[in-house]
Amino acid sequence: MAKAQLMQGNQACAVGALAAGVTFFAGYPITPSTEVAEILAEMLPKFGGKFIQMEDEIASMGAVCGAALTGAKAITATSGPGFSLKQELIGYASMAEIPCVIVNVQRLGPSTGKPTSPAQGDVMQARWGSHGDRGVIALSPTSVRETFDITVKAFNFAEKFRTPVVLLLDEVVGHMRETVVLPESGDVEVIDRKRPSGPPEEYQAFKPEADGVAPMADFGEGYYYHVTGLVHDYKGMPSQNNALTTELIDRLHTKIERARDEITIYHQDYTDDADVLVIAYGGTTRAAIAAVKEARAKGVKAGLLTLVTIWPFPGEVVAKVAAKAKKVIVPELNYGQLVGEIERYVPREKVVSLTRYDGELFRPEEILNLIITAGGGK
Amino acid sequence: MAGIEKYLRQSALPHIWCPGCGNGILLAAILRAIDKLGLDQKKTVVVSGIGCSSRASGYMNFNTVHTAHGRALTFATGIKLAKPELNVIVLTGDGDSTAIGGNHFIHAARRNVDLTTVIFNNNIYGMTGGQYSPLTPMDAKATTAPFGHIERSFDIAALAIAAGATYVARGTAFHAQLLTDLVVKGIENKGFSVIDAITQCPISYGRKNKMGSAADMLAWQRDKAVMVQAVSKMKPEDLEGKFVIGELYRSVAPEYTAEYDKLIARVSKKGGK
Ligand SMILES: Cc1ncc(C[n+]2csc(CCOP(=O)(O)OP(=O)(O)O)c2C)c(N)n1
Ligand code: SF4
Ligand SMILES: [Mg+2]
Repeated sequence: MAKAQLMQGNQACAVGALAAGVTFFAGYPITPSTEVAEILAEMLPKFGGKFIQMEDEIASMGAVCGAALTGAKAITATSGPGFSLKQELIGYASMAEIPCVIVNVQRLGPSTGKPTSPAQGDVMQARWGSHGDRGVIALSPTSVRETFDITVKAFNFAEKFRTPVVLLLDEVVGHMRETVVLPESGDVEVIDRKRPSGPPEEYQAFKPEADGVAPMADFGEGYYYHVTGLVHDYKGMPSQNNALTTELIDRLHTKIERARDEITIYHQDYTDDADVLVIAYGGTTRAAIAAVKEARAKGVKAGLLTLVTIWPFPGEVVAKVAAKAKKVIVPELNYGQLVGEIERYVPREKVVSLTRYDGELFRPEEILNLIITAGGGK
Repeated sequence: MAGIEKYLRQSALPHIWCPGCGNGILLAAILRAIDKLGLDQKKTVVVSGIGCSSRASGYMNFNTVHTAHGRALTFATGIKLAKPELNVIVLTGDGDSTAIGGNHFIHAARRNVDLTTVIFNNNIYGMTGGQYSPLTPMDAKATTAPFGHIERSFDIAALAIAAGATYVARGTAFHAQLLTDLVVKGIENKGFSVIDAITQCPISYGRKNKMGSAADMLAWQRDKAVMVQAVSKMKPEDLEGKFVIGELYRSVAPEYTAEYDKLIARVSKKGGK
């Protein structure tokens, strides 16, 4: 039987990656993500996998893309400054449809900022950090146990949709220790990318099937094809064709958009009759749920909507759950990022942004006070 | 050309290179090396960066990756480490490998990853229209050095040797047969091999520096190159303004992916203990 164990979020991420079938890690050390690298440096070779500490984060992202092209499930882990450096090649992975997972354990920025302080300041960077238009998947777990599950999901989505997936942890979730019971390996759903089965001469590495995704051949199997960050045709060859360009950029979005229901992960606590709805994500949900429970005890009908899937933004879910609420409070450890997205789905006058960017966590009272005021000010 | 057509993606031709560009000569020399060695096409991967030279990968019928500017060696390192049975050949420009990709270059050499890197060295940023690169000689003109270049240039071979490469050679587009032999030896070397392949860019470099036609630039390569075997018989003053071609360096050192496999054998659960 699975046993209870005490572990950190970063550790749960590494263990989750192994459960998902990771065989390759490349990274560059940076607080507060380093434990992911350290654990995989020890674990991967024991299972025949590969670990490499590259010369910087750009190189790490390049090595991850290269490994993924050979068929490996590949991951890198970083934090703010390193996430910035990876952006060009994250865009490359989107364009060339290379499945991989990028863990960003967020810390306070900009720049070197406060390396050991929690923050949620990279939400918009995860969406728009690389140049150009592309669909993006970014997930943000709230607990140690959920970090395990969501890391597995990140790999599954990467493989299924042939895309980079960003895992947005924060310093709280990454370094928090909790007692968890992890599932047995047989109980974890693991998805592998579609691979071609037809004759190699007919293979077209970027010709989508009905789900918008093309089968992907491992390098070294005789399925010759070209991979490029240039706009390309179904065979991967560079093209200047305008119609083809539109089709490609569309597909980078629609292959993700059409699977929105499958990708959208969220939790609802006390939302059915909530007058005041808190919408939170990541480590901030911990203070939020405490505040909601306390508000209920004080007679205010408060509820919590937790967004685990940040991108594609679950706008429909937000609109539906917030419909009956009189006020919507959005606490974030940043200057106010996801709140702008929420305002696209909830009337602005209902939305209250609660921000903090001094490197400290929210205390439940901060959120509670706002709930009480919003709930009628008693 | 006989023998190498099968390695070309006919549908991708004609190529984008200007008339007189040396890149085609280099590409043919590399394909001849692959042919000579009889490399398994299925198990051979070509990785390039961004630049005129890096477009070569698109014409080659293998698993090919045209990466981002400067990053070819990072992808190649990931490919080789993840699947060491693959032969990985890296095609890159002088700017791609020693400016934006300079950090990756020295670290790939230090690790001695079994990659063969051919640097298409035209002393300029060809693709973007003639800005100076780390290989542009002092006093030469570039669009960003209109008054003559005041920076010193790299010696790619010396850089590669100092960083730990285990096979280092220099060739030219003019000496195409020699270049094939050098690439053959580079691929045979179990470790990081660098071939500095001097080539002409008549459009973005030659024109600005009054070097004449492509044929004149090839003649320049012929006249300025000294075979390494001849160097010992020459006086230092005779070598002034010349460059040495041939196999420049060879050594034996632990190869990274082989070392990793040993590590796996040592610690792996499957491997006994
Ligand atoms: C990050 C980034 N910076 C700049 C460029 C623009 N760029 C494309 S090719 C190139 C220079 C290529 O020079 P080199 O590597 O010598 O190749 P060549 O074209 O001479 O063969 C530059 C600066 C780019 N594509 N990406
Ligand atoms: S610009 Fe120079 S290097 Fe580029 S294709 Fe033309 S001649 Fe060749
Ligand atoms: Mg050049």
